[in-house]
Amino acid sequence: MTGPGQLHRPYTVAAIRPINPRTGTLLFREPLPAQPGQFVMAWLPGVDERPFSLAGTDPLALTIAAVGPLSAALLQLPVGGRVWLRGPLGRGYRLAGRRLLLAGGGYGVAPLLFLAREAVAAGCQVEACIGARTAADMLLVEDFEKLGAAVHITTEDGSRGAAGLVTLAVEAAIQAHRPDTVYACGPVKMLAAIDQQCEAHRLPRQLSWEAHMRCGIGLCGSCELILPEPAAHPGPGWLVCLDGPVSFQVPGTSKVPGT
Amino acid sequence: MPTVDVRCRLLDLELRNPIVLASGIIGTSVALLKRAAEAGAGAVTAKSCGPAPRAGHPNPVALDWGGGLINAIGLTNPGAEAEVDLLAGARAALEPLGVPLIASIFAGTVEEFAEVARVVARAGPQLIEVNISCPNVGDEFGTPFAGACQSAVAVTAAVKGAVGIPIAIKLAPNVPDIARIAAAVVEAGADAITAINTMPGMIIDAEAGRPVLSNKVGGISGPALKPIALRCVYEIARAVRVPIIGTGGVNSGRDAAEMLMAGATAVGVGSAVWYRGVGALGEIGAELEEFMRHEAYPTLEAMRGIAAS
Repeated sequence: MTGPGQLHRPYTVAAIRPINPRTGTLLFREPLPAQPGQFVMAWLPGVDERPFSLAGTDPLALTIAAVGPLSAALLQLPVGGRVWLRGPLGRGYRLAGRRLLLAGGGYGVAPLLFLAREAVAAGCQVEACIGARTAADMLLVEDFEKLGAAVHITTEDGSRGAAGLVTLAVEAAIQAHRPDTVYACGPVKMLAAIDQQCEAHRLPRQLSWEAHMRCGIGLCGSCELILPEPAAHPGPGWLVCLDGPVSFQVPGTSKVPGT
Repeated sequence: MPTVDVRCRLLDLELRNPIVLASGIIGTSVALLKRAAEAGAGAVTAKSCGPAPRAGHPNPVALDWGGGLINAIGLTNPGAEAEVDLLAGARAALEPLGVPLIASIFAGTVEEFAEVARVVARAGPQLIEVNISCPNVGDEFGTPFAGACQSAVAVTAAVKGAVGIPIAIKLAPNVPDIARIAAAVVEAGADAITAINTMPGMIIDAEAGRPVLSNKVGGISGPALKPIALRCVYEIARAVRVPIIGTGGVNSGRDAAEMLMAGATAVGVGSAVWYRGVGALGEIGAELEEFMRHEAYPTLEAMRGIAAS
């Protein structure tokens, strides 16, 4: 139903915590109540507006990699600089079960760290598989360890942890100690693979998808998720901004859009 | 319980209910059009396509400002040739559901309108909606064709002469006398009227000191548009005898009833997809049926235009 609307509001940068040469976390003075997995549309007037997953809500945190003009400009903001945000948007993760396996690829680990904090606070046991291209691209491992999570690391070039894709670590973790729910965030190919792994193991999973996003409110159709064959979940016609970004899947069911 | 029949006769089409997915809302793929039909729409309209592919405007392109939405997507589309495949696929997917497909076209010149209509007609949509009223591409296309009788008539006659499929002309609300333009396009051969497109507006962010949309101006839709749409449909219904697809701010079954009472034959729904999800397309139809049962209207005809007499 109609409500107060979601105009952009300016948020003030309190600090920028560098993570690696092209990635950092912006911490803001104002909180923004939201669930892990939800996102905001971040606008720098005159530059661009794009979606970013929340890395924390109090203080509000966005983990950003410099991949384009907007993200580069955000990382160069001074303390006291402002970013205009609308949101929170989309459907986030829900805690389900006591043993949670989290799998993050690349920048996908940022919203999972937010989820891990909430899960640990709720008394859940958290195991995390973190994958990156190289050791230099690896993010937030120490933050997961500080929370007391068991962490398994993979890099594609073998420069840190096991060599290979994060799906290898996920497979080993599932076989070693079956989780109640698998949570993942990362590139589309990685999530499609984890969806199939979970289906094979008959595990429920919550996957946070990324897509080219424009309106953010379910109208323009830009963020319809197109999965590589033979991936099946979520089905065609699924809108990342309106139906997601998190998809919920239990074993043995076909995905109906928007459920 | 009195029985209620919400089936809707639109030209020679039989819709299971009068709710039509409006153009520009999720009509960008076969899967999304099918999803809108499965959600319960009586008919679905594809996103407008033009002569050539367009990326649309840079972000921000839309937001919910409280009283409604504003958008300037900028007519993003793959071009008419590519749209034919999408429309043909959608038609095949919609056929078993008994849901008609409405194609939507725009162009920069009268001749291009005719050409785009000829191209999309190959896909066999049941109706072609002629979007002469997009408010968001003025820099490239000048004042919308819907702004004056002469240009609206020229496009209508050209498209009508180009295709054998019925056409609906989509009118703009921001004109001094919408009934006059409606009468002129009907005279020129329009089979139906879609009223209305969004209303040009602007949202300024006070802290940023500038318009939010990259296009600066955008189309207002949602609740703020409803009274304007009701007035336009009311005025058009008194001036012409062709069916009207009444569109603008319909977010509930009651809103749909009001649109029918103003004189609409069918009811377009768009922004409600944001407010209520894709399911709104079916829910609004069900709410309309419930309203009719409660108020003892056995058919849409019993309600149609009663506020305009």
